[in-house]
Amino acid sequence: MKCNISRLIVVVLIAVLAGCSSKGGTKDDVAVEDRGTSADGGAVTSGAYGSSDFSSYSLTDPNSPLARRVIYFEYDSAEISSSDQELLVQHSGYLVANPGQHITLEGHTDERGSREYNIALGDRRAQSVERIMELNGVLPEQVTVVSYGEEKPAAEGHGDAIWRLNRRVEIVYQGQ
Amino acid sequence: MRKLGLILLLLAVVRPAWSALTIEITQGVEGAIPIAVVPFGWSGAGTAAPENISAIVSADLNRSGRFEALPDSDLVAHPTEAGQVQFQNWRMVNVDNLVIGKIVETGQQYSVQFQLFDVFRGNQVAGYSFNVGRQDLRRVAHHISDLIYEKLTGERGAFNTQIAYVTTSGSPANKTYTLLVADSDGYNPQTILTSKEPLMSPGWSPDGSQLAYVSFENKAAQIYIQQLSTGTRRKLTSFKGINGAPSWSPDGRSLAVTLSRDGNPEIYIMDLKSNALRRLTQSAGIDTEPVWAPDGKSIVFTSDRGGSAQLYRVPASGGQAQRLTFEGNYNAGADFSPDGRKIAMVHGAGGGYRIAVLDLGSGNLRVLTDGRLDESPSFSPNGSMIIYATGEGNREVLAAVSVDGRFRQRLSLQAGNVREPVWSPFGK
Repeated sequence: MKCNISRLIVVVLIAVLAGCSSKGGTKDDVAVEDRGTSADGGAVTSGAYGSSDFSSYSLTDPNSPLARRVIYFEYDSAEISSSDQELLVQHSGYLVANPGQHITLEGHTDERGSREYNIALGDRRAQSVERIMELNGVLPEQVTVVSYGEEKPAAEGHGDAIWRLNRRVEIVYQGQ
Repeated sequence: MRKLGLILLLLAVVRPAWSALTIEITQGVEGAIPIAVVPFGWSGAGTAAPENISAIVSADLNRSGRFEALPDSDLVAHPTEAGQVQFQNWRMVNVDNLVIGKIVETGQQYSVQFQLFDVFRGNQVAGYSFNVGRQDLRRVAHHISDLIYEKLTGERGAFNTQIAYVTTSGSPANKTYTLLVADSDGYNPQTILTSKEPLMSPGWSPDGSQLAYVSFENKAAQIYIQQLSTGTRRKLTSFKGINGAPSWSPDGRSLAVTLSRDGNPEIYIMDLKSNALRRLTQSAGIDTEPVWAPDGKSIVFTSDRGGSAQLYRVPASGGQAQRLTFEGNYNAGADFSPDGRKIAMVHGAGGGYRIAVLDLGSGNLRVLTDGRLDESPSFSPNGSMIIYATGEGNREVLAAVSVDGRFRQRLSLQAGNVREPVWSPFGK
């Protein structure tokens, strides 16, 4: 987890530096299409400027990457996969471009183990997501973290296929 | 009947209310003490007393696993006065102990008398008389069970106690969470709180008058404490992040809680008068699920500071935490036995989560249950039983096991799920 975060910080720094070096360019220099394909894509750069023009993704478009609002986790882990890190960069880009937008990060676990430990684990997962978003420029006041532990499963039942769906963080946009 | 030994005694008891817990004994004990509880005499209006006290006492004694009450059909006589007892009749059916009694209606009150006899010595072991109102008749029955239990086992009975628990009902998209308190035999369920958002982690005050719990009713975890007699409640914490795992100190003056307001989940002690907070743990990992030792000097909690969830113990005044559990890859959700010598926990090993008991003196860990997803162990106040939550198909039910693992029972609702049982302290 720690090494992933530091790797991400490097990615963010590179992206920010890249943004700085292209400061003189026009808005067209920012390749919006790149956002979906690389972690150091334009979302961060545009976010660094807080220019809402760059954020072309719509919250309501079901084909937008922002339509994906659930991050899944391994058992007893709060580690975020690299593809999900990219997704979080895209969400961060939107939030940076829309500083009035507020989100709640809901942390969840599967049903195994004790309930309060699972509350703590869900909190850690949501905080992992929050940390990445804040590293990408999202303001702390835009984010509320709440852990429901195992209390609100996405799927009812038992077994690996069910548990996989329940170990998650849901990104809930206020007003959506 | 008494020769059945280790069998499945199915003693399903009919419940009037659908929301009441039904208790079934799923594993009996060889060597349970045989006892005859004769239906109590009745003198008053109508054909029978408002409560069947002898039936309540029989069910209590059977539920303890220590006794085997003779079924009514096997009773050789129906004495209600000492002068009517013929001991040789009871000796012939190998009953060691005999309970008789009568209920007399006197205006608005009821006089309840009972006597316990040693059949082989032919003498009275105990005899008491109570005057109560109608609403206290069940409680008197449980009190009689406690007196019999203590007289014959030397241990205090825990029948006149209560259990707090959480139920859920409805579809996943429209769930209702209810916090209830019922008598230890499942009767008399009383709703403490109902919510569309999760309710969890009920904890009794040491005098049994209040419950602490966590409610998400405001879309975030908050700790409340509620007076059971009046229903009035107070919001204790609503910090950013986790507000969880409330545990009352044995002196009732403070509450150990888990908060993540300073970053990650840590344990704090809150003074209930001043609301002052003192941080007890410092680690980069998860620290949660504090429980006080009965002497109030130390706190056991769950931490993953060593890489996986394990139990640790720290002085309540603060200091170095010491790891307690080493077997299995997951040990969490501790509860202290009332004598402070044992800790029950959720023990994860080999892919299953079961209830285990650690003997703090010897360091021996004993796994008591065989479910896949057992959790929330809670000792009875006399330390003889542990109640816990378990799965049954896709339903959540409760179960109880004697601390020696020999006696088991199951507590379920007619519909819906039940979880997080917490046994009350002894009544006043």
